Amino acid sequence: MTRFTKLAGAVSGLAIMLGATWAQAEVLFWSTQARPVEEAQAMRDNVLKGFEGGVDYQPNEDGPWLTRLQAELEAGSGSIGVLGGLHGSFSAMNPDDLVDLDDLGVVSSSETYNTLAKLGTDHLQYVPWMQASYIMAANKQALQYLPAGADINALSYDQLIEWTANVEAATGEKKFGFPAGEKGLKHRFFQGYLYPSYTNGVVRTFASDEAVVAWEKFRELWSHTNPASTNFANMQEQLLNGDAWIVFDHTSRLAQAFNERPDDFVAFPAPAGPKGRGFMPVLVGMAIPRTAPDLDAAKALVSYMLKPETQIATLKATNFFPVVNVELPADVPPAVKAAGDAVAIMSASPDANPGLLPAGLGDKGGDFSRVYVDTFERIILAGQDIRSVLDDQKAVLAKIMQDSGAPCWAPDAPSEGACPVE
Amino acid sequence: MTPVTTAAPRAATKAPARRVYAASVLLLSVWVLGPIYLLFVNTLSSPEAVNSFPKSFIPQFDLGSLAFFAKFDGMLAALGNSVIVAAMTMVMSIAIGAPAGYALSRFEFRGKELFRLLILLTRAFPLPLLALPLAVLFIRTGLDDTTFGLALVHTTLAIPFAVLITFSLFSGIPIELEEAAWTLGCTRLTAFTKVVLPLILPGITASAIFAFVISWNEVFAAAVLTIENRTLTAFLLQKLGDAPIHLKFAGGFILVTPALIFIFAVRKYLFAMWGIANR
Amino acid sequence: MSPRYLPYILILPVTLFLCAFFLYPFLLVARQAFLSDGGYSLQNFRETMGYWKFSISLQNTMLLALAVVPVQVSLALLMATMVSRMKKGRDLVLYIWTIPLGISDLAAGIIWFAIFEQSGFLNSMLTGLGVIDKPAVLLGYQNPLLVFIAIALAEIWRATAIMLVILVAGIGLIPKEYYEAAEVFGASPWQRFLRITLPLLRPSLQTALILRVVLAFEVFAVVVALGGTLFPVMMGQIYSYQFDLQNAGGAAALALVVLAISIAFTLVILRALRVPKGATI
Repeated sequence: MTRFTKLAGAVSGLAIMLGATWAQAEVLFWSTQARPVEEAQAMRDNVLKGFEGGVDYQPNEDGPWLTRLQAELEAGSGSIGVLGGLHGSFSAMNPDDLVDLDDLGVVSSSETYNTLAKLGTDHLQYVPWMQASYIMAANKQALQYLPAGADINALSYDQLIEWTANVEAATGEKKFGFPAGEKGLKHRFFQGYLYPSYTNGVVRTFASDEAVVAWEKFRELWSHTNPASTNFANMQEQLLNGDAWIVFDHTSRLAQAFNERPDDFVAFPAPAGPKGRGFMPVLVGMAIPRTAPDLDAAKALVSYMLKPETQIATLKATNFFPVVNVELPADVPPAVKAAGDAVAIMSASPDANPGLLPAGLGDKGGDFSRVYVDTFERIILAGQDIRSVLDDQKAVLAKIMQDSGAPCWAPDAPSEGACPVE
Repeated sequence: MTPVTTAAPRAATKAPARRVYAASVLLLSVWVLGPIYLLFVNTLSSPEAVNSFPKSFIPQFDLGSLAFFAKFDGMLAALGNSVIVAAMTMVMSIAIGAPAGYALSRFEFRGKELFRLLILLTRAFPLPLLALPLAVLFIRTGLDDTTFGLALVHTTLAIPFAVLITFSLFSGIPIELEEAAWTLGCTRLTAFTKVVLPLILPGITASAIFAFVISWNEVFAAAVLTIENRTLTAFLLQKLGDAPIHLKFAGGFILVTPALIFIFAVRKYLFAMWGIANR
Repeated sequence: MSPRYLPYILILPVTLFLCAFFLYPFLLVARQAFLSDGGYSLQNFRETMGYWKFSISLQNTMLLALAVVPVQVSLALLMATMVSRMKKGRDLVLYIWTIPLGISDLAAGIIWFAIFEQSGFLNSMLTGLGVIDKPAVLLGYQNPLLVFIAIALAEIWRATAIMLVILVAGIGLIPKEYYEAAEVFGASPWQRFLRITLPLLRPSLQTALILRVVLAFEVFAVVVALGGTLFPVMMGQIYSYQFDLQNAGGAAALALVVLAISIAFTLVILRALRVPKGATI
């Protein structure tokens, strides 16, 4: 034991010396995206290698990501050069903590995205970096149970329910998979898909009669849903192991299934309701915190990330799509091909009803999503009465909108001042 | 006292009891090892096998998942950092904690209850909330992104274990033993080093194991407080949550193995002084 | 050196250390719990405790601790006595039994999910044995009891070793003469356990129990891995306030509630297993 203690002491002495050596001047890219080990490695090897000066790409979960950032801002100095995060992460921040990026001269080719990236100010607070969406995917074994006359590229919610019912009748198992787990993106389904498709709104129509119908339909769909869905977060896992045959999820959370067994699965658009085919984008951006140690290098990295060839390399590494106009090469991974086609069909469909990302909520973004998740848990999991749950949650939602003063966003009709819950 | 030493006539009646005893040892070992074995099976299976059903209980010895991590940049450096931080945590938590454990068991002093409560508070408050003010403090003082700084935080987590375990061990040693040493001419210090210390070495080992394991497995502070000097856990575990399932298992396996080797290396100290205690 | 000051000198390093690295950040965080809208109030407590999931999370956390800790105490006691009576292979058995100590809660969650998931090892075994003909959903929302049992099993597996190691070190200190004397008087193994081991082990038992209970209130990673959204616990609520809602005041308020509960239970255990000062023998 004493020998052991001595050794440990010597090691720790050495460590203090080592710890004092100064880090090299690589730009620290602090990101919540491209977290899976394989994607992170591909980011380092295939995307960031080409940047002069070097990049230290460090993806983290939201908790440590945010804590480190807040600490650096509070301490007034730090090591983070560039932040990578969702639109929602940036919109929860104080715009003063982010360096204005207008002078970079790089923007996405979508005016909508560029406006979102100003976070309600007159200046660009972050630069759109890449985008994705949510789609449906199915195991090809499930296709034989499609309802008669149904076109997989133009499904309605009723047809989806019938389809999942057919599968259950044939196999004896509930094979619809829904990412309702702790880390699943279920709230986006309600905000961007179910509500727009049935009510043509998200906030205004939260407790409308159409919303009651929407939840009734979802309850029906849930009755054919794998009950283990409350543990699901990345539906690619359940596609691959066969626990689910028909699923809804984020394109990059389905990617592994298509890349591993491209011939076994199909991707297709989200279903349509009475008010059209609601869907919603995912927008990822890059920002520079005011504490960045080397502002010029950080700006150079942001510019580098928007170059067409970097955007294509990023697409291959992460399965996230470019935000600038580029010609997609032929040799994209199967997941990119499948998801890209599905998104294209979805956007081009005659009944398309695209929604926008929540904007103007500030740090209430989390509370906003919690309203939809709570509504889901109470109606679907706890089996409470739809009307009374909606009336109950409506008050919570109204308070969030009031406190944040966020105006309505599509597909809700525009509002003067805070978006009202009707 | 054990059946082995008892006289022959009694051995016959004890045989079934011994069998029950052996069976329960075996059963408990299977209970502990079973899940580890399954981790092992999944680590050494191809991605297809990990996703298949029904699953095989015999590994295929497919090294693909492990090989993925072998070419991962910075694994070795991260492993080194983990070991350094864990070693520092061990030394500091015992050096700082054991004297307090002794004081708690041997003395009545004002503020003792308050002191015990302070020790316990440390474990009853979630570290992720404390990480923000700590990170600000560290950035301002230059402790940020050093293995030593992280070891300080891990020591805070390990100290309650060190203090309370050593406290209970000192309490188990009769004070008469020390008093006898004093009458035989020892000073308080030599009585301690010659009589008490050898007795509690196994317990010190126990708290060393705790300190090591706590430091080894801690993710949150490590992810926030280190950038260049990442530990293996922060390096890997943060990303495993979203990793494909076969890599999850391989990553878990890589994290578990060094900890198991460490416990294996020090396990005998848990019993080393058995003879003295039973003299 | 005056013995009057000796205890204070001995606890000085720990006190200084904890003041710098625990008390200082703790006070900063705790202060936030009482801050809202720029003034001091109990608003954060009202808000977080009024949220509909609060009572469910509290109840779940308590139930889990109540189910898990007693089993762990008995199991650890059993294992510690068994291992201390062993002649051959003691090192090896003790090593095997302490293995879960080296496994983080995140890793334990991954391992146990692989067992209980629909296409997991348990279903594989059951179908292999012909008990069921197709994999059953074990962790679904319709069988909350099964979810609870799975979480409890994983927790018992993961965290019993903590108590075991403390108890083994404690049992090592009990002089063998007591057992020999008891045997002379014809005490059965059960009586010896009850009359000698248990009372003399009290200091270690107290420590093990306090640490275990305090940690049981902080259970999170295993619960999320197995229970998903079905089994909200306090720690999950705290993280959700801190990171999802970015409501540091709310998170701090809930953490203080957990802290208060932990202190209350610690005091109860301290009282129930009071260790006589100085000589225990």
